[in-house]
Amino acid sequence: MENADLKLDGNAAAGELREIFGAEMTIVRATCGSCGAVREMGALSVYLHAPGTVFRCPGCDAVLVRIVRAEERLWLDPSGVSCLELRTGA
Amino acid sequence: MAGAAVLGRLNWLLAELVELVPETPRVKSLVLAAPGWPGHRPGQHVDVRLTAEDGYQAQRSYSIATPPDGERVVLTVERLEDGEVSPFLVDELLVGDRIELRGPIGGYFVWDGADRAPLHLVAGGSGIVPLMAMLRHRAGLGSAGPAALVYSARTEGELIYREELDRLAADDGALRIAYTLTRERPPGWTGYDRRIDPGMLGEVLGGADPNATAFVCGPTRFVEVAADALVGLGYEPGRVRTERFGPSGR
Amino acid sequence: MDHVTRGFRGRRDTERSDRIPPGQYETRDFPVLSAGPTPHTPLETWTFTISEGGEERARWTWDEFQALPSETITKDIHCVTKWSKLDTAWEGVSVDTLLDGIETDAAYVMAWSDGGYTTNLPLEDVTDGKAWVAHGYDDEPLDPEHGGPARLLVPHLYFWKSAKWVRGLRLLDEDEPGFWESLGYHLYGDPWREQRYWGD
Repeated sequence: MENADLKLDGNAAAGELREIFGAEMTIVRATCGSCGAVREMGALSVYLHAPGTVFRCPGCDAVLVRIVRAEERLWLDPSGVSCLELRTGA
Repeated sequence: MAGAAVLGRLNWLLAELVELVPETPRVKSLVLAAPGWPGHRPGQHVDVRLTAEDGYQAQRSYSIATPPDGERVVLTVERLEDGEVSPFLVDELLVGDRIELRGPIGGYFVWDGADRAPLHLVAGGSGIVPLMAMLRHRAGLGSAGPAALVYSARTEGELIYREELDRLAADDGALRIAYTLTRERPPGWTGYDRRIDPGMLGEVLGGADPNATAFVCGPTRFVEVAADALVGLGYEPGRVRTERFGPSGR
Repeated sequence: MDHVTRGFRGRRDTERSDRIPPGQYETRDFPVLSAGPTPHTPLETWTFTISEGGEERARWTWDEFQALPSETITKDIHCVTKWSKLDTAWEGVSVDTLLDGIETDAAYVMAWSDGGYTTNLPLEDVTDGKAWVAHGYDDEPLDPEHGGPARLLVPHLYFWKSAKWVRGLRLLDEDEPGFWESLGYHLYGDPWREQRYWGD
């Protein structure tokens, strides 16, 4: 097995995002704070086989969002994202 | 995909296994009755949670194999030899047993046929499962745009849903299905006999229609090869949607 | 209590060795964890650096590093994701060897890796035979998936402290949180005191 196999799509973390935000986040558009690329969160690279969940930019590999959860606490670092675009309906 | 955002928190539901369908020697479909299931869209997945008597828990994601059907949810699960959850689901779960699940999950890798744009699918191994939900949904719609599937497996016996796929293609002139077997072919095999490559995808999918949406699902490395090939063929990267199963599958 | 699944036990060993810290389960595999892509630094450009206050204090090329005295280390390891693996066998250079001859008042180190990973440790936890830069596992060169060409090995702390793909140590006067320590994980990480998260 190669480490490349551990890379998943943002969609694989959809359940965790929904649990945190109470909304469908995979269609939210995120801007990479490093290279400026804009992608839906479902299209980001995600690493789940780790002490936390790490979202990276599929273009430049920069860390965009990190999530760590303990039994009754959760830490979220979205600092790699410079902008999120959500759909609010009409 | 401008689908409606589904708001609200996810709750764990207790679902009962009502039927177990063998698909291949290593794959079974679990037909579950899930009271309170809110409905889903083709391509979505669920989280399954198992709890041991001492409180130990294991959680995995599995794709839903069927289109929306009330409170009925069908998961198709491949037994991974060194797995912790899939051998239990495939070999030990009995009709009448209950497991916890939550969902539906994922609004990115979904296709509900709202437009009549071409649907291009590329599946590796058990990556066929969410794509099958799309094809079954499409068959139920009656009128839909053209669709094509390239399905790669190691051997003929490992092709999941083979008969149903052949039937769907036979009944529908607008659906094209091609198989490729990478390890072992039966005598007289007329499908492809190699790993997927740009030439194969171009032949089956018929080139990069700018309106087509492509869905690619399978092991991580398969998905990378297929997605790169599609972009090389001229698909816009934003219209190639990928779902990597990782090294151990779903 | 969540619904107990009939017949589900999970893939765990039933025998509990007294070498398994609280909350951990023994595994015989070697699970691969990764928070990013595997770096592929060619050995010709690989270096290991000890630095302090922005100044380089010592530096080895791969060949120089290979020429340093190497030790065989057999230790139990404990991952914060709850698996422990007993009697893992490594080949590596003691951090004492790397720090030999370096005078410093520093009390902490930050290990840094290719790919941007960092983790912080007290200096006294990487000296006196407690830590190595490992380049071999089970009589083979260390696989990239397990941190090769070289990783830090600090077996008495949770395994996230044993940074994969390590390239250097920065000597620090004050403790600073690394990649996971800045996001909820314990600054020290002693598995026997179950120091997983902040406040544990």
